[in-house]
Amino acid sequence: MASIGQAATGSEPAQGRIAASRIKRRAHAGTFALTIAICAVVLMPVISLALIALSGTGEDWPHLAQNVLPGAIRTTLLLLFLVAAGSAIIGVAAAWIVVAFDFPFRRTLSWALVLPLAVPPYLAAYAFAEFFHYAGPVQGAIRAIFGFATVRDYWFPDIRSTGGCALVLSLVLYPYVYLTTRIVFLMQGRNIADVARTLGARPAKVFWKILLPVARPAIAAGIALVLMEAVNDIGASEYLGVRTLTFSVFTTWLNRGSLEGAAQIAMVMLVLVLALLLFEQWARRKQRFHSSRATQIKSHPPRVKLTGWRTAAAMLATALPVLLGFGVPLLAFARYSSRRLEQFTSPELGMALWHSILTAGATAIATVTIALLLLNAMRLVRSPGMVALTRLASVGYALPGTIMALGLLFALARFDNMLDAFARDMFGISTGLLLTGSAAAVVMACTIRFVALAEGSIRSGIEKLPPHLDEAARSLGRTPAGSAMHVLLPLLRPALLTAAVLVFVDTVKELSATILLRPFGFNTLATSVYEDASRAVVEDAGPAALLIILTALVPVVLLSRALAHDREAIL
Amino acid sequence: MTFRSARSAVAGLAIATLFAGSALADGVVNVYSYRQPDLIKPVLDAFTAETGIKTEVLFLDKGLEDRILAEGTNSPADIILTVDIARLTKAKEVGVTQALDDATVNGNLPAEYRDPEGHWFGVTKRARVVYASKDRIGDEPIAYADLADPKFKGKICIRSGQHDYNLALISAAIAHWGAEKTEQWLTGFKANLARKPDGGDRDQAKAIMAGECDIALGNTYYVGLMRNNEKDPEQKDWAAAIKVVFPTFENGGTHVNISGAALAKHAPNRDNAVKLIQFLSSHKAQQIYAEQVFEYPVEPGLEPSETVKSFGELKADTLPLAEIAKNRKAASEMVDRVGVDDGPSS
Repeated sequence: MASIGQAATGSEPAQGRIAASRIKRRAHAGTFALTIAICAVVLMPVISLALIALSGTGEDWPHLAQNVLPGAIRTTLLLLFLVAAGSAIIGVAAAWIVVAFDFPFRRTLSWALVLPLAVPPYLAAYAFAEFFHYAGPVQGAIRAIFGFATVRDYWFPDIRSTGGCALVLSLVLYPYVYLTTRIVFLMQGRNIADVARTLGARPAKVFWKILLPVARPAIAAGIALVLMEAVNDIGASEYLGVRTLTFSVFTTWLNRGSLEGAAQIAMVMLVLVLALLLFEQWARRKQRFHSSRATQIKSHPPRVKLTGWRTAAAMLATALPVLLGFGVPLLAFARYSSRRLEQFTSPELGMALWHSILTAGATAIATVTIALLLLNAMRLVRSPGMVALTRLASVGYALPGTIMALGLLFALARFDNMLDAFARDMFGISTGLLLTGSAAAVVMACTIRFVALAEGSIRSGIEKLPPHLDEAARSLGRTPAGSAMHVLLPLLRPALLTAAVLVFVDTVKELSATILLRPFGFNTLATSVYEDASRAVVEDAGPAALLIILTALVPVVLLSRALAHDREAIL
Repeated sequence: MTFRSARSAVAGLAIATLFAGSALADGVVNVYSYRQPDLIKPVLDAFTAETGIKTEVLFLDKGLEDRILAEGTNSPADIILTVDIARLTKAKEVGVTQALDDATVNGNLPAEYRDPEGHWFGVTKRARVVYASKDRIGDEPIAYADLADPKFKGKICIRSGQHDYNLALISAAIAHWGAEKTEQWLTGFKANLARKPDGGDRDQAKAIMAGECDIALGNTYYVGLMRNNEKDPEQKDWAAAIKVVFPTFENGGTHVNISGAALAKHAPNRDNAVKLIQFLSSHKAQQIYAEQVFEYPVEPGLEPSETVKSFGELKADTLPLAEIAKNRKAASEMVDRVGVDDGPSS
């Protein structure tokens, strides 16, 4: 927190105005420099990739333009559209039902709806393919009930399709929409919704006319997160036979030996991602307007008590996403695991668990710190340049993990080798591959990938704080740093917790960057799952997959319980 | 231990783990592997038991050469283990391997399964064969060319056309037939597909059991692994639904690919690495590959496992491996052009 420390020293309120403004300017220069430094590190893989892309001759493009990209772009856009629609419908509907109505198990379901976040999309894809396969329980039951003999006697939707892939991704990613939307339904829509209801509006009308418009920015923010995850997905879509842009990046790189061509496609994808970021920015532009009075609401919102078939419908609508997005994968991997109980005591699995927790913990701390520094810089220096710079730091999130990691690998390895050469010359010792030879590179890659996630969550938290809090603290003599430390930071605790949990969970699930950058003998749960899954024995991956889900589950449950119980936390 | 000291102990351990470097000690050989650790473990364990040299494995199926290139002279890689001739050739081309002229290795491995300049060594063979439904496909032979015959319309399943194993087969076809004829064949093949390509080779056997298709392409060792799978006995049912048919190229044989090893260019433990390559070519390792992983040994005269023998006799194609590797890019572009991965409908 160099900038805050710097600003704090010497800027006592008693000092003269001129001195103070000079210090302020110097502090801002420091803040600006620090922000640029952070952005340079975060953008390092992108810059490295851009250089690779520029070094290419473009000889791949006639083939790509004619045979690959039209289909890949169409598939990618269709997939993104379906995932956006799917996750929005599930997330918003579930959020509305648990907030507006009362029915049995409502409390449990309201936090259980977050659980699918613990399931990595690639594991969900395996589990779904299995569950809905000819030999799986669903089709087996259909055959038994209707007396069909083979697959040719009846029609069953194919999970191995763009639609199927969209379904799988929606079912594990909708919690992002659910989380952001529910908060708004709970807090910001309340007073207006209460007024509407006392004037006699029915719940459905309140939802369409009031809650939905009010929640629009939050829904868009959630969808943006969902889509960024969907763009960089390779595991689920590859397994389900959906050829997205990410898949073309890999075939160009690995099958046609053109890293330059692959980097060029990745640059095209960046445009897509920047468009997403702009969309999110645009959707959020009015959020502050709705939130300034949020702090005052403490009362328990009245809920409409449901009866009869409506109870059943509400329970089904909120339980189904949990059962499918969390229950099906859990069941599938629990079944595999039950045949491999001996693996749970193996030292390898224990080490993999420790490595997962370690990288996830370190990444969570690093991303939250960086996000705070960036946002603090944005608060102090309110210039368009600073805003653009901090937004730019988010692009790593949506790049395919392997490609991003490759960019980072080239940059870090060059640094390592230069450092080694320097140390040999100067001191006669070899530092070897300091970063790329250790797990530090993995943490760096995950930090770069997920800084956007932390920044987004914390920014939502900041935007929900009344802006005059900071001003009030400053007018009472707090320095900018003092106000940040003693006024804003404590109020932001729930947002920081949310950010840390989301990053932790995503890092536990992270596969592609980890597998490329890890050192010898450094297996995380995700990489050990992949080692089995990639040789087509997903079954052997059962225990590690189960542990991923459980490891991610702990913070998710903590988070959702904190959100459920702590009224302040919903701010 | 107080809470505070426990906390700093954990933090210290965490930092130590994060920055722990790679093994560079004596008596170690560092293996960068495209092949999954479980597949190579039996052989590496036997190597350690015989020589006392420990093996460190880094599994990486995407970007292995890129990583070694980036690491440069400081790379800890001693040995590269990989499947597919094109990948072995590529490792040599991008310059992450070094030549090895070792009498033991050269004596053990037939010349057609190693690089003439000693940059890579084939240690196992696998054939790309037809998995045919036991119930719905008769005993008549099936040639690779027949797979484009309209009589199989809607009956064929396959994993992604962009997968290494399929690319190698198509590359071999290009070498045999020329690009134009191969593209016609591939177009006919695509029209015969029962569904969009997906999953792995085992999934195709499962699809045959489910009745989704009658014919699939797959590697031989998967059948061995399925038939002998005690952990997940349902895989025995998948294997029971199919029989192995050896398709051939006219004037040639069944397409065969290799898995192999290469000595890394900057191998820090070169002597140990050479010992490992010697071991992989030895009778003992070849037997393990045959019995436990169901591959065809490259050692002349050594029989495959009982399961693999039961498929019938393999008449391997005589096409030089280098010819196959050369056509990979053309094959990959052809798969895109024909739209194999779009499935039969478009």
